[in-house]
Amino acid sequence: MSRFSRSHLRWLLLGLAVVVVAAGGVVWLNSGDEPPEVRTREQTLAGAADDITLDSTLYLPEQTPAPAIIVAHGFGGSKDSVDGEARELAQRGFVVLAYSARGFGVSSGEISLNAPDAEVADARELVSWLAEQPEVVTDAEGDPRVGVTGGSYGGALSLMLAGTDDRVDALAPTITYNDLSQALLPNSATTGDVPDTPAANAFADNGVFKQSWAGIFFAAGVGGAGLANPSVDAVEPGNEDDDPDAPANPGGAPAPEEAPAEGGAPPGGGAPPGGLDTGDPCGKFRQDICAAYAEVATTGRASQQTVDLLRSVSPMAVTDRITQPTLLVQGEQDTLFGLDQADANARQISAAGGEVKVVWYTGGHDGGAPGPQLRGEIADWFDFHLRGRGEDPGTGFEYAVQGALRVQGAPSVRTVSTDAYPGLDGGQVAQRQRVRLYGPQQTIINPPGGNPASVSSMPGLGAVIGSSSRLAGRVAFDMPGQAARFASRPLDNQLLIAGSSTVRLLVSTLPGAPAQDGAVLFAKLYDVGSDGARVLPGSAVSPLRIPSLPADGTPVEVTVTLPGIVRPIETDRRVELVVTTTDQAYATPPEPAAFRVSLVEDGALEAPVVPGTRSDTGLPTGPLVGIGIVLGLVVLAAVWGAFRRRRAVDHDAALDDVPLVIDNLSKSYAGGVKAVDDLSFRVERGQVVGLLGPNGAGKTTSLRMLMGLISPSGGSIRVFGHKVYSGAPVLSRIGSFVEGAGFLPHLSGKANLELYWAATGRPADKAHFDEALEIAGLGDAVHRRVKTYSQGMRQRLAIAQAMLGLPDLLVLDEPTNGLDPPQIHQMREVLRRYAAAGRTVLVSSHLLAEVEQTCDHVVVMHHGKLVATGPVEAIVGGAGEATFRVDRPIDAADVLRDSDGVHDVVVEGPLVHANLNGLARAEALATLVRAGVAVEQAGPRRRLEDAFLQLVGEESRK
Amino acid sequence: MTPVEDHSVDHDVHTDPAALEQLTDAAAQERVEVAPDGSVVGYKARRTLRLRVELARQLRRRRVQLVLGFLVLLPWILWAAFEFGTEATGQRSGGFVDLATSSAPNFVVFVLFAVSSFLLPMIVALFFGDTIASEASWSSLKYLLATPVPRHRLMRQKAITSGLLSLLAITLLPAMSLLVGLIFYGAGEAVSPTGDAIPFDESMLALLFTVIYLAIHVLWVAGLALFLTVSTDAPLGAVGGAVLVAILSQILDQITALEGLRNYLPTHYAFAWSDLISRDIDWSNMAAGAFSAVAYAAFFGLLAARRFRTKDITS
Repeated sequence: MSRFSRSHLRWLLLGLAVVVVAAGGVVWLNSGDEPPEVRTREQTLAGAADDITLDSTLYLPEQTPAPAIIVAHGFGGSKDSVDGEARELAQRGFVVLAYSARGFGVSSGEISLNAPDAEVADARELVSWLAEQPEVVTDAEGDPRVGVTGGSYGGALSLMLAGTDDRVDALAPTITYNDLSQALLPNSATTGDVPDTPAANAFADNGVFKQSWAGIFFAAGVGGAGLANPSVDAVEPGNEDDDPDAPANPGGAPAPEEAPAEGGAPPGGGAPPGGLDTGDPCGKFRQDICAAYAEVATTGRASQQTVDLLRSVSPMAVTDRITQPTLLVQGEQDTLFGLDQADANARQISAAGGEVKVVWYTGGHDGGAPGPQLRGEIADWFDFHLRGRGEDPGTGFEYAVQGALRVQGAPSVRTVSTDAYPGLDGGQVAQRQRVRLYGPQQTIINPPGGNPASVSSMPGLGAVIGSSSRLAGRVAFDMPGQAARFASRPLDNQLLIAGSSTVRLLVSTLPGAPAQDGAVLFAKLYDVGSDGARVLPGSAVSPLRIPSLPADGTPVEVTVTLPGIVRPIETDRRVELVVTTTDQAYATPPEPAAFRVSLVEDGALEAPVVPGTRSDTGLPTGPLVGIGIVLGLVVLAAVWGAFRRRRAVDHDAALDDVPLVIDNLSKSYAGGVKAVDDLSFRVERGQVVGLLGPNGAGKTTSLRMLMGLISPSGGSIRVFGHKVYSGAPVLSRIGSFVEGAGFLPHLSGKANLELYWAATGRPADKAHFDEALEIAGLGDAVHRRVKTYSQGMRQRLAIAQAMLGLPDLLVLDEPTNGLDPPQIHQMREVLRRYAAAGRTVLVSSHLLAEVEQTCDHVVVMHHGKLVATGPVEAIVGGAGEATFRVDRPIDAADVLRDSDGVHDVVVEGPLVHANLNGLARAEALATLVRAGVAVEQAGPRRRLEDAFLQLVGEESRK
Repeated sequence: MTPVEDHSVDHDVHTDPAALEQLTDAAAQERVEVAPDGSVVGYKARRTLRLRVELARQLRRRRVQLVLGFLVLLPWILWAAFEFGTEATGQRSGGFVDLATSSAPNFVVFVLFAVSSFLLPMIVALFFGDTIASEASWSSLKYLLATPVPRHRLMRQKAITSGLLSLLAITLLPAMSLLVGLIFYGAGEAVSPTGDAIPFDESMLALLFTVIYLAIHVLWVAGLALFLTVSTDAPLGAVGGAVLVAILSQILDQITALEGLRNYLPTHYAFAWSDLISRDIDWSNMAAGAFSAVAYAAFFGLLAARRFRTKDITS
């Protein structure tokens, strides 16, 4: 047993070592993950005008000088709201400047919506300031190595700054706009052409006022609850589920604009106490902007002056001058600045010769801020373009696809990438797939006051519902009578819409009911399941205004650009185009009106598809090489093993005819226990040899060594001259039955023998199944499953198995155990006859009588040692030796000693042993009787029994 | 010596004296021819325990039959569950059920998703962990080795047989699922959870690769179970041990705080095959998973071979 505990101990130690190493590894790795330290320095900087002070924080990485990045905050935020991103970038090794823009935080000044002479000029001052900082790498005197990034309002600033200041070296604006007038007053219908990019919008004049978002924006500007910017991270590839309960704020610091929105209260309504200290309804807005907002908000229409104002503060004013590498990140869940805005930016920058990469991610103003992966990608962008580190991120296009169907625990977002944004200068135009729509001409009405209105989205509630695409797409609701529907047939294949679909519609007034102001309509595209469940992807809607409709009811044909979305429409689902007259998020005309809407002939949806480029990375070579190495090692190990098995033929030809020679055989176990100790004996052909010894004498161990199951610690076993080892070919000449039968319990006795023989691989005709089975004598029971057998039946079957193939040497361990007396008798007969036929039998037993009656030779073992060996008669009968049981042993001994030739007289209790040396036992008996000794018993001296009893006696005394 | 209750059974158990004559005659007449290596002519080490024989030994086991039968039944059970489950709830948009029942390949993918974390490793652990330990527990191992089947050959043949059975299981389940899927859900596109759709014919190729990947991925269980099966005489211990390690690895894989360390867990890449349901197949996870599995399998396999080579067979 100590052998087991020793090996267990070894395993335990090994296990402990592994655990310790693993724990150490965890500690080491975690300590390695400790983010680099970031120092911060707060300062108030001067803006572009004398009275402008900008509250700023400079984040310094561990190593300076380093390139700088300006991080601009979103509308309603301050430098604190970008603290997390700034810190992350500083940890990546950049000097980061975060500041509160004019009118926000504790910076002074009025909000001018990124006016070139205000906020943008401020930012230029900051660039100059950075150039003076010793921690910042400079390209030239007064020209720092600097990038600029920011979300939404900050993103627009990034573009405007890059367009007006050549010193900016790279930029990464996120979820921002191209044209504020189109963002707030979109019009997605045109009678002209639409650009070839996937998310291009008609961007027609005279748009419909996006009142709810504009309100939120305005409220943020006057210090109201800031719902303008997403406060949670968007779901990313590899995220296992989008869990709206677990918002992860970048950097961990809660952004100040993150205000809990309660219930469905209209956003932007609640100002924090003390938020308005001036009583000025314009808050911190510049007067002209405030006035423009007031105009639009009250009339729902924008004057040309207002449009011009909005355009002057929009990136579109400068995009033709941006030549720096630009990473445009836009959200797919964004009803404020949709994909069309980034599309326009990309088109304009590219047309001006700029280098643009476009990324659409799952978030947006309704969905969430860029997650850690995307923020990493932005940092990579700057790493490459400001420092030349890392791989070239290229000028491609990638978009995230959120699966419509989800399996628990499975990542539901993947990224599709191509090497170019379709439709840009010199590139291929966006592919469009036609999806035929069906539906008759329908009449829809605009109710007086535009109320009740259809619902498509809940602007500003992004943090609440927008982050869950499951909820967001299902809020949509169309008022009956106000909606015209055109549906496709169920799709035969999946359609992955990536961008803005277009459709051509015919719109007319009802004859006699002219619409004074033209038509205001809303187009949206639903994903409809076979059970009728509808999802409005991106919660997005395209407003359109057709300025004038002929009063006679002649239809006007317009191309409508639907909202930019990324949506896989699965097989068997349909797309449904819905045109409504109202939408809660927009200002709709209060006058009642009715319109006829129909598709053009063979009307179809032109859905943009952007197939991903198959990544040319091919098979990853690292792991494959690893597999090759591992397989190589295995082959080497196998070769080495085969080499070790090739042993020199150990054959003693002189012993060719000797079935078994055991020479100084020992087996000792760990702990010094010797199961077999220096055992030597020899078995000749034709013998039935008994291996006799009490239980634990080492008989079975010896037999196991003979079969190659246990390797000896010393000495050797030769069978017909060949040394025995595990798997030695000579073992095929041995038939064995050692320590119990071994059968497959689920098979019949016959099947067991047949399969056993089949496993030997020897020819079936050499097996002698019939003879062996008859020896077993199981009758019909051979067809029963072995598990139903009695101990005796198994025993007989096992002996039959040992006899299969008529082995030269039959080794049986306690063969008569479990047999009843007639069967034992038969078994003896079998063994004797078998040996008589020229074969050899080795039987082990702990019963003397057994050996005496079965064997002609005997080997006696005890404690692993050889005690006696020889012919049974010689050992049992003791030639000429006799034993007398007498009343007076001393006298009897004297008498015997006096007899002629008698010697070796020994007294042992009441027994007297003597070698009679030819004297007949009867005569000796008579001599004793004559001498007056009472003889109780006289017989041959049973040395074997003496020895054996003594051994067994010792055993029982223990 | 014979137990009393066995008397009735043993009643007709006896050796006919004539049989003894036959045996003696046979023994007397048959000359034993011996090859130079000492073996009986007719014995060749490379012919011992051929795969056909070992397969017959294993396939006739009730346990193996039950497992294979279960795998045939499982897709039908799942189909029935979907049938009755959806009627009850009615809410089936964009969910679990929708994905699984949208097409035949998706049904297969769903079934594989369901089984590849636990059932598949368990079946492989059963085939490999049981193979030698059960012979030891039946005491038949010693007779095989004394035949003699050389030890390395015994282990190899046993491992190959278990491998074939495992492969059969891994193939049978998707094949059956595909059949069930084709009958009830039709030959549509395969849609991944991330919304990627691939046509039916391509999905068949993806499923083929999936089966290949799964077969490679479970090699680590095979190696471990093989090591355990040569280390113990208790088949349950070997199977249970391997399953336990698989579960432990999965639990550790849930602990995101372990971060990069999780890549070293053998079960970490259990679902890497789902990358195949994609237009643009990313092989990196599968390659890493295959490497991980092969490395673990090689390590435990060599350990098993080393242990079995010198082990004293005492069962």
